[in-house]
Amino acid sequence: MFLINCPFCGEREQSEFKAGGEAHIVRPKQPTELSDDEWAEYLFMRKNIKGVQFERWNHVHGCRKWFNVVRDTSNDQIKAVYKMGEKPPN
Amino acid sequence: MKKNLRVKRSKHIDETYKISFKFNGKLYYGFKGDTLASALLANDIHLVGRSFKYHRPRGIMTAGSEEPNAIVQLHNNSPWTEPNVRATEVEIYEGLEASSQNCWPSVNFDIGGINNFLSPLLPAGFYYKTFMWPASFWEKYEYFIRKSAGLGKSPTKPDPDIYEHRYIHCDVLVIGAGISGIISAKIAAKNGFKTLLIDEKPYLGGSTIYQNSEYFKINNQNSGSWLEKEINEIKKIENLEIKTRTSVAAYHGYNYLLAKENLTDHLPIERRKNKTRHKLLKIRAKKVVTATGSIERPLIFDNNDRPGILLSSAIKKYADLFGVACGEKNILFTNNDSAYETAISLIQKGINVEAIVDNREKVDSKLIYEVEKNNIKIFKGHTIVNTYGYKRINKISIMQLSKDGQNVIGSKIDLSCDCLGISGGWTPAVHLFTQSGGKLKFRDEDQVFIPNAYPSDQISVGACNGDLTLDSILVNVPKSLKDFLNIKNNVYESFEVLSSYNNSKRNIWLLPSDKILGKTKSFVDYQNDATAKDIKLALREGFKSIEHVKRYTTTGMGTDQGKLGNMHALGIISETSEAKMGELGTTTFRPPYTPLTFGTIVGRNVGEYFDVYRKTPIHEWHVKNNAKFENVGQWKRAWYYPRDNEDMFQAVQRESKAARESAGILDASTLGKIDIQGTDASEFLNRVYTNAWSKLQIGKCRYGLMLNEDGMVYDDGVTTRLSENHYLMTTTTGGAANVLGKLEDYLQTEWPELDVYLSSVTDHFATISVCGPNSKKIISEIFPNLDLSDKNFPHMSFKKTKIGKIHCRIMRISFTGEQSYEINVQANFGKSVWEKCMEVGKNCNITPYGTETMHLLRAEKGFIIVGQDTDATMTPIDLQMDWIVSKKKYDFIGKRSLYRSDTIREDRKQLVGLLTDNPNEILEEGSQIVSDINKSPIEMLGHVTSSYFSPNLKKSIALGVVRGGKNMLGQKLIIPMENKKINVTVTDPVFLDKENKKLNA
Repeated sequence: MFLINCPFCGEREQSEFKAGGEAHIVRPKQPTELSDDEWAEYLFMRKNIKGVQFERWNHVHGCRKWFNVVRDTSNDQIKAVYKMGEKPPN
Repeated sequence: MKKNLRVKRSKHIDETYKISFKFNGKLYYGFKGDTLASALLANDIHLVGRSFKYHRPRGIMTAGSEEPNAIVQLHNNSPWTEPNVRATEVEIYEGLEASSQNCWPSVNFDIGGINNFLSPLLPAGFYYKTFMWPASFWEKYEYFIRKSAGLGKSPTKPDPDIYEHRYIHCDVLVIGAGISGIISAKIAAKNGFKTLLIDEKPYLGGSTIYQNSEYFKINNQNSGSWLEKEINEIKKIENLEIKTRTSVAAYHGYNYLLAKENLTDHLPIERRKNKTRHKLLKIRAKKVVTATGSIERPLIFDNNDRPGILLSSAIKKYADLFGVACGEKNILFTNNDSAYETAISLIQKGINVEAIVDNREKVDSKLIYEVEKNNIKIFKGHTIVNTYGYKRINKISIMQLSKDGQNVIGSKIDLSCDCLGISGGWTPAVHLFTQSGGKLKFRDEDQVFIPNAYPSDQISVGACNGDLTLDSILVNVPKSLKDFLNIKNNVYESFEVLSSYNNSKRNIWLLPSDKILGKTKSFVDYQNDATAKDIKLALREGFKSIEHVKRYTTTGMGTDQGKLGNMHALGIISETSEAKMGELGTTTFRPPYTPLTFGTIVGRNVGEYFDVYRKTPIHEWHVKNNAKFENVGQWKRAWYYPRDNEDMFQAVQRESKAARESAGILDASTLGKIDIQGTDASEFLNRVYTNAWSKLQIGKCRYGLMLNEDGMVYDDGVTTRLSENHYLMTTTTGGAANVLGKLEDYLQTEWPELDVYLSSVTDHFATISVCGPNSKKIISEIFPNLDLSDKNFPHMSFKKTKIGKIHCRIMRISFTGEQSYEINVQANFGKSVWEKCMEVGKNCNITPYGTETMHLLRAEKGFIIVGQDTDATMTPIDLQMDWIVSKKKYDFIGKRSLYRSDTIREDRKQLVGLLTDNPNEILEEGSQIVSDINKSPIEMLGHVTSSYFSPNLKKSIALGVVRGGKNMLGQKLIIPMENKKINVTVTDPVFLDKENKKLNA
């Protein structure tokens, strides 16, 4: 079970959190202008990387805030956490 | 011929404290400090069980948690019974009753033993190969296979014991309290770290504590005495917590470990009352020191499994720690120096050692000279080729090994014995290390896997790290700890060590025999009866991966998880396939290290705490009034209220009629309620619902449908505008938490610019829904000052009012199609307001109804239930609810998906009404709907989602989803059932009051 450093609450156990899939997928501002394929790209296509992945997590049994986590999926090491809207680290 | 094999006194055994226990119904005695295994051995009992597949007689083989054979059932047929318990770990207590498993009628005469003679017919993969065909016979085979599967019997009575969970946080966790663990714990604790030291055994000190030989000394004291002083010292350290009888079951990532602390299993049953039996410790450690030691390897030769064959280290432990001789004519068979340590211990205790068979040609160490001095015959360069004795070993045959160790030469020599100790060297116990994600490397010199790269802040020390001798432990452990903890003070100065162990070893994974392999039974996995022959067969049949060989032969898949034989399986695969051990890798070590009981895993979460449920503030009234309940999400909801001898059908018919003819009352408190405030609240609702919200007047209510981004219906409910920037949203009972989560997600991540605040108020209010033609009359009597005229308080509107001092929000909204009012009050007033409604409504025969009647009433009106009439494949268009999808709004969640090529298909499944030709025939929910029954295969058009007998329409009604159903109005379809087919006609889903006359009455 991971320890996740919530940017609002500090280090807490994984059981307090909910994973929310790949981060930095922005909802299109004008969905009606998109073709079926472009909309499908937003709606369905997600990466599943073995290695460093940018993810959304929600401190659901805590402050209920969403934030971003950089996790290496091959060994579950968390490289960084940062708030929504902040720039991802390199 | 009862023998007493108790030898010289051991200080670990209290011979003044006699304990009686039963094994297979017979009474025996042991002493305080004995395990079941040591007490049985003292009574000259080796045969304790039968093997899994061939039912071969098996005896005690080890003295620890790695035991594959001596697993027993405790307290059979009582609530305290436990199967598959290792006799080597059970501490005896007064009244203990143990029995053998996997044998019938008894361990001495077991019918299943015939499998041993049928073994040529039972090769690896026998079940896979034999029960393949014909496929339809599987059900018949399964019955018989199940009967012969499994070892012990699982308990049938409720568990009488108490279990607990406990969280522990520490700076340093030390696993294993052998010499390496004790040294590590002392260094950590003395340097100020909050330290936890745990060990699975009831005593501290591992195998060093009973080491009292002149050949192993620390600072000029024998190593056992030295360690005892250390233990006495660390017990006084304040920031060091010590837990014995505690075994680590799992080592997860981020140094999260689960351990089982055993608190009462060693006590007589009458003394366990009201005490916690096991505690599951959930340990989060900043740093972990693994000091789990090593496990002695057996040797693989023909018939290496007879009762009386033990690991050489186990024989030593039984003699030194328990004062028990495992036999009177002992022979040791070894490929390293360990067996000589055993021999010296036995000689010291006056136990007869007949001979030592050593597969090494040249041996040279002090230990060996000592043994030779005692005139014990050593057969160098020899191997055992066979053993004899069915229920107890009585003879072995040995032969000389060829130079390369691949063959046997010369003639056979027979030696008689009643106990054989085998020693194949040591395997570091790396189980926990690999569970944590650690990677191993292979050390060629002595053929062991040792830790290589650590995935978290941890270190392995001592034997589990490959330091298998006393001198290497004392040099390396303090050094490693100093680096690991980043400290200056080491606690220990340098040691003066005498260690007489010579590291030389002649590793032969599968010892040669004078017979061909096919005629031998050289067991690799004792519990699952997997032999060297089986492994070679698997390789011949094309299995290459170690994981596949494991599953095909079941090697390492018993309750002991192959702690003894897995390395040999790897070795044999490596030799046969000429792959390097290091490249072959090991099978995955999975938790738990030793089995956990279910009780330990669930802890206090049993009975009503197994899955906690939520009750409405009116719950007690429902209970008192004989309600039957159904689970909706986490809630207990009143389902129906049977009167007299009514069954569910009768009760629901009565409740439904009353609600339409006079008045019904429903506890709707479970509906999700979300308080929405902020200057952008209207805009927010516009974006999350399919319909328009900006123009909703204050004091009005509106029904909304919420989609997922993929266009599928997600939730529905009525939202009320309480003031300019204040709304109260209701959601489905089961969807409440998820809807709130989804709304928060959009607000925080997609639309952070919106000024909107959400708060769940589900629990804050009790909601009472009064419906029916007399509802207005009842409400007017409760709220005499409220103007209920249709002009002032029309359908889909809201009023604030009071009963006495109690604030009420009343919504005139309806899920039944009847005129109805929902009263929302602060939760703790819910029950009294409900009772008031009941009292006032008495004259109108106000009838409480449950969820079943609610479902029936809304189905008459054609209202959907999200999750019953929909699944995640239904769009609002599929539900024929086009009217609620705004054409004008630029965007809302899911809008774009409503005109994807797939969602605009005409032949999607669509919601329709279904009427049976025979109005008394009620469809089964979930039944398939077809049009042509003669077609093959029959084309499935859809299924029935809701079905009831409507007492108000006096006929059966149903809703269903049908492919292209929208255009099938009036068409005949068929519901095929097991013994009949039911003819139905497709109709509009609204069956009653299409014009909404009742709502606006």
